Amino acid sequence: MAKSTVMALDGAKAVANAMRQINPDVVAAYPITPQTEIVQNFSQFVADGLVDTEFIPVESEHAAMSACIGASAAGGRVMTATASAGLALMWEVVYVAASMRLPIVMSVVNRALSAPLNIHCDHSDSMGARDAGWIQIYAETAQEAYDNTLQAIRIAEHPDLRVPVMSMQDGFITGHGVERVEILDDEEVKKFIGTYQPQHSLLDVDHPATYGAWDFYDFYFEHKRQQTDALSKAMPIIVQVGEEYGKLTGRRYGIFDPYEMDDAEVAIVVLSSTAGTARTVIKALRQKGIKIGLIKPRVFRPFPAQELTEALKNVKVVAVLDRSIAFGAMGGAGPLFLELCAALYAYGDGRGPQVVDYIFGLGGRDVLPAYIERAAQDILHIAETGERGDLVRYLGLRE
Amino acid sequence: MAIKLKELAGIEERLTSGHRLCAGCAESIIIRQIVNAIEEPIVIATATGCTEIATSVYPWSSWRVPWIHSAFENAATTAAGAEAMYRSLVRQGKIEDKNIKFLAIGGDGATYDIGLQWISGVFERGHKVIYICLNNEAYMNTGIQRSSATPLGAHTTTSPAGEVIPGKTQWRKPLTKIMAAHDIPYVAQASPHRWRDLMEKAQKAVEADGPAFLNVISPCPRGWRHDSSLSIEVAKMAVETCYWPLYEVRNGSEWTLNYKPKEKLPVTEWLKMQGRFRHLFTPQFEYVIEELQAKVDEEWDKLLALCGEK
Repeated sequence: MAKSTVMALDGAKAVANAMRQINPDVVAAYPITPQTEIVQNFSQFVADGLVDTEFIPVESEHAAMSACIGASAAGGRVMTATASAGLALMWEVVYVAASMRLPIVMSVVNRALSAPLNIHCDHSDSMGARDAGWIQIYAETAQEAYDNTLQAIRIAEHPDLRVPVMSMQDGFITGHGVERVEILDDEEVKKFIGTYQPQHSLLDVDHPATYGAWDFYDFYFEHKRQQTDALSKAMPIIVQVGEEYGKLTGRRYGIFDPYEMDDAEVAIVVLSSTAGTARTVIKALRQKGIKIGLIKPRVFRPFPAQELTEALKNVKVVAVLDRSIAFGAMGGAGPLFLELCAALYAYGDGRGPQVVDYIFGLGGRDVLPAYIERAAQDILHIAETGERGDLVRYLGLRE
Repeated sequence: MAIKLKELAGIEERLTSGHRLCAGCAESIIIRQIVNAIEEPIVIATATGCTEIATSVYPWSSWRVPWIHSAFENAATTAAGAEAMYRSLVRQGKIEDKNIKFLAIGGDGATYDIGLQWISGVFERGHKVIYICLNNEAYMNTGIQRSSATPLGAHTTTSPAGEVIPGKTQWRKPLTKIMAAHDIPYVAQASPHRWRDLMEKAQKAVEADGPAFLNVISPCPRGWRHDSSLSIEVAKMAVETCYWPLYEVRNGSEWTLNYKPKEKLPVTEWLKMQGRFRHLFTPQFEYVIEELQAKVDEEWDKLLALCGEK
C-alpha cells in the first residue's frame, strides 16, 4: 500500500490538496461559494511555490473555461473548479471543451441555481451540464472527492478518451465538512497520474494545427458521432483506473457502490453525501430484518444503464432520490430517476422493479434520516401491495 | 525590422489564398499585413466571425500557423490560456523557448460588444497577447447588424434607415481610448491603406512588454455598400476626413499622431462613397451629417490635444 498521511480536511481543501499534488501546468479559476475554498487554497500553494502552475485568476467563469480551452489546446495539464451560477455562466464553453476533446478536469462543488438566490447544496448545476459531453463523477465524502480528483486526471487524459471530467462533491455538506482524509504522498500521486502526452499542441509551431474549425452539415454529424463513441468507451477505463487506484490505496472505485444489495427486495438509489445518511437508515432497517439495499452511483456520465439494470433486476421497488428537478420532465421528476427509468425500460426484461422518485434537499434543505426512512416505508408498502401511487414525491418539504 | 516591399513579395504567406472571404474584404489584407510583419512564430485565436468561418471550413484550413477558434466573445482569453501554458511549460523546462507570440483576432462585434470583458481581463492580468480588432463597424457575418462600433446614421439591418429614423441614432464607442485606459504598453489605430504604418504597428505590438491592442478599420463592401474594388480607397478617405485617425498610445499616456492630413476633408467625402449613408443625403436627414461632422471634429480636436499637436 502506498504511503499516505491522515489529515482532518473538508472536501474543498481535500480537492485543493489533490490539485497541489497533480501540479497542473495551468489553472484558471474564479471564486464562487462554496467552491471558493478550492481557489483560495490553491492560490496559496502557488504563492508558496508549492506548485509549478501558471495560475490565471480570471474575471469570470466563462473566462475560466475559455482560458482552460486555450491552455489545454496548448498541450499541458489544465484544471479548474466552479459551482452553481459559475457553471451556468460557462455553459457555452463547457460544450466547446468537450467537443474539442480537451482533457480538462473541473471540480464542481454542487450548489443550487438561482432564482431565488441560494448558496447551498443541490445538484441543479452539474445536472444542467449532464449532456455537455463531459464525464461526471459524484463523491459522497471528502475522501472520495480527493480520490476522484486524482483519478479524473487519468480518465480524462486516457489516449482512447481525451474527454474532460467533472468531479462533484456536495456544497457545504462535503465541501465545508471536515472529515478524516487520507492524503497520498506527493510522489505516489506523481507516479499514479504520470505525465501528459498531448496528441496535438498549439505550441507545436512546426506542425501547425487548426482547432475549432467550422463544420458544415457535411461533417458536423460525423464529429458528433465520434464524440458520443468516445464517451461510450469510458466505462471500462473508469473501472480500470478505479481498480488501479484501489491497489495503490486500498480504496477501490467502480461505477457505483452497492450496499446490502445481495438479497434486497427494495432499494434506494441516491448520489453523493446523502448516500451516507441512507446507509445509516438501511443499516437500522436491516437490523429489523427488512431486506433493503442501497446503490450509490458514482459515475453519472456516461450513465451506467446496463450495469444499474443488472444490479436492480431482482428488486421489486426502487426509490430514487433526486437532488434536482428536470423541470417539465415526466412527472416533474429528477434526472437520476429519468435516466434510471429509461435504462430499466431499454435493458430490463420487463419484470424489473417499480420506480418512484423523491425530490429532496433542494437549496440545501437538510436531509434527516427520518425522511429516508419514510421513503423506505413507502417502497416496502408498494412492494407489499403492488400499488405504486404517486410517481414523484418530495422529502422534507412543507406543503 | 525595416519593412522592404521586395522582401515582402518573397515571404511565405501565413494566411494562404483560397479562403472564402468576400471580394474586396479588407480583413484578409489586414491580417496578412500583420502576420507577415511578424518574424517570430505565432499562435492565433480567432473569435467567431467572417474571418473565422472563411478560413477554417473543415476539412480545410487557410492557416499555416497554429490556430484556434473557441467562441464569439473569448478569443482574447483563449489566446491568454495558450500564452499562460507556454510560459508555464517554458518555465518548467518542459518545452524549448521559441519566442512564440500570441495573437487574438476579432471583429468589432467580438471586440466592442460581446467580448469587451474578456479583453479587459486579459489586459488587466498582463498576458502577452496582441489583440487585433478588424473593425468593419457592424455584425457583418450575420448580415449587417449594428454594433457599438457602427457610426451615427449608418443603415444596418437592426438600425435601418426608415421613414422617421435615420439609421443608427447613437455615435460609437471610443474603444481605442478604452483600451488605452488599461495603461497597457501599446495601443494603436491603423488602416490597411497605410500598410507600412500598420505593419510597423504590428511589430511594435510584438515588441511591447505586455498586452497590445490594434484597432484596424476594415471596409466591408457588402455592409458599407461600396464597390469591392474601392475598399482601400474607402479606408483612406476615413483617415483623410479624420473619421479614423491613425495614432498610437504607449502605457496609456504617451499619445502620438501618426498621420495628419494636409487638408482635413469634410466627412461627407467619406459618407458619399458608401450606400449605408445614402439616406443621409436628403433634406429630411441631412442634420445627421452635421451631427456626425461635429462628432468627428470634436474627437479630432481632443486627439490633437492628447497627442500634443495643438
